[in-house]
Amino acid sequence: MSETLLSVRNLSVAYPGRSGVTHALRNASFTLGRERLGIVGESGSGKTTAGRAILGLIPKPGIVMADELSFAGEPLLNRSESDWRKLRGRRMSMIMQDPKYSLNPVQRIGQQISETCRLHLGSTRKDAEQRSLAMLEAVKIRDPELVYNQYPHQLSGGMGQRAMIAMMLVAEPDLLIADEPTSALDVTVQNDVLRILDDLVTERGMGLIFISHNLTIVSSFCDRVLIMYGGKIMEECAADDLKKARHPYTRALVAAAPSLDEPRAELATVVRDPAWLA
Amino acid sequence: MDNKTAWAIATARQAATFLASLALTFVGLTAVTFFIGRLTKIDPVLAVVGDKASKEVYDQTFLALGLDRPLIVQYALYLKRVLSGEFGISVLTSQPVLSDLLRVFPATFELATIAIIIGMAVGVPAGVWAGARKGRWPDHIIRIVGLFGYSVPVFWLGLVGLFFFYGKLGWVSGTGRLDVFYDDVVTARTGVILIDAAIEGEWDIFRNAFSHLILPATILGYFSLAYIARMTRSFMIDQLAQEYVTAARVKGRSFWGAVWRHAFPNIMVPLITVVGLSYASLLEGAVLTETVFAWPGLGLYITRALFNSDMNAVLGGTILVGTIFVGINLFSDFLYRIFDPRLTAG
Ligand SMILES: Nc1ncnc2c1ncn2[C@@H]1O[C@H](COP(=O)(O)OP(=O)(O)OP(=O)(O)O)[C@@H](O)[C@H]1O
Ligand SMILES: [Mg+2]
Repeated sequence: MSETLLSVRNLSVAYPGRSGVTHALRNASFTLGRERLGIVGESGSGKTTAGRAILGLIPKPGIVMADELSFAGEPLLNRSESDWRKLRGRRMSMIMQDPKYSLNPVQRIGQQISETCRLHLGSTRKDAEQRSLAMLEAVKIRDPELVYNQYPHQLSGGMGQRAMIAMMLVAEPDLLIADEPTSALDVTVQNDVLRILDDLVTERGMGLIFISHNLTIVSSFCDRVLIMYGGKIMEECAADDLKKARHPYTRALVAAAPSLDEPRAELATVVRDPAWLA
Repeated sequence: MDNKTAWAIATARQAATFLASLALTFVGLTAVTFFIGRLTKIDPVLAVVGDKASKEVYDQTFLALGLDRPLIVQYALYLKRVLSGEFGISVLTSQPVLSDLLRVFPATFELATIAIIIGMAVGVPAGVWAGARKGRWPDHIIRIVGLFGYSVPVFWLGLVGLFFFYGKLGWVSGTGRLDVFYDDVVTARTGVILIDAAIEGEWDIFRNAFSHLILPATILGYFSLAYIARMTRSFMIDQLAQEYVTAARVKGRSFWGAVWRHAFPNIMVPLITVVGLSYASLLEGAVLTETVFAWPGLGLYITRALFNSDMNAVLGGTILVGTIFVGINLFSDFLYRIFDPRLTAG
């Protein structure tokens, strides 16, 4: 955590709509070093929005505001399109939430992975193919050559998710936002994928933002955790200290999570207080 | 089962479906034209012998035409004649309908093909641009230009076009397919003058034919352009909202790179449908345009036949138009499979 990779201060995203403005993210502030930062929160709490805002990909008519948003010491707001093209894919990347919709349906998997290499590494076709195959193998796809030539609709959900991971990791970014990267994977493959991400953080010094619904994975895998609710960061704490969290929402989340250590007949429900968003 | 066998079976099944749908559509089409022919008040015997013929000649012809046989047999005979290209004699031209059609269709084909090329070459990029820049000035300009295309009558545009580009500026030639002194210089091999002239290396005639063609083709092209652009825009807006477009940008594609390399290939299937439909309707012949430009095409031929109760010509023309529609639909189906891997078995 020596060096700050990403620094976010009062980042807000709003979507003006017919029935008023949606505040998808409200004054979020956090920093990220070369570490694993988890983001948890219920559906619609703004996790994906935070990731997209960092990559400068909030769709129109969304509005992004921040006091500070900088990556490796350089501000990200108001960067030129050509700057962004050099940053995205190469230095920062994002494993998208839903592989079923995030892979181009009419392009072969191999082509979609090679595209990243060819855009950034100046790879030849042959070289890009080699890297892509190696990457597919790294994410534990059993028959990389077959999958390389397949179309997204021919893959299972889990394979699609791994292809997506390969596509976003092949250019070895410094910052990776992983939006529920393991939701469609069974436990063994999930562990494999987590190990790959872990290696990238510990060995290559990548910064990882790990978005998940799964408190158990986040608390065991991440260094720190942000808990989000209604577009706000409710609390930030060390992953080991989740059980000792102070905020009532976090405590409710922890209490609502099923646990094998202390099985209960009835799981607690999460009670929300409008005052938290004030 | 290995990949090759699976692929062969899938292909065979596709071919069988293709032939079956072709046959079925053709039977339907001929049945409709046959019964329309029977339902009209025009006496098929009189149409052949004329109303001055004696009772004897009339009865003979009645039998020769098989009109005493059951309807289903008559239909079978009709089908047989149609399949061998016998559509009868046109009352209006006193020529076999088939040779009439072979003469007028190339004229329409030439016009329609250049028109659809213009419509595609301008309409598709304009639609992509408008869709990608939705709600901004390129979108508004393209919408206004398209709206003009919808609301202006084609004959008015034709006359104004002739007045300016032929009459005032002299950039193009006037009505008809060729200047009179070029008529019948090249042999009508295909009937498409541009092709016939090119075969014989008669480049003067080629240029002359082109200068006759370009104005009506541009006007027709403008109308299909307006439709193609509007549809392309809405397909594009749908696709640009998809997550895979964002994923492409996360990988570092530029906005336009994501538009053309990712979203655009995904609109090919609906786009082929739209272009196919426009082309089919252009091939039917555009009566108004053909009238204004004195273009001896299919639209003019069928319309004249209709006004003169020239039944053989109308039915022959209808079957031709129907066949064109079926043909283009089947060709579109074939193209879908090339552009969308989800539609290919295996
Ligand atoms: N393009 C958009 N236009 C309008 N509102 C949007 C848009 N994208 C997201 N939102 C809104 O922003 C809020 C946060 O959405 P976001 O996708 O960030 O949630 P999330 O935490 O990722 O949820 P999930 O766990 O379901 O993925 C939601 O209320 C959502 O409706
Ligand atoms: Mg999300």
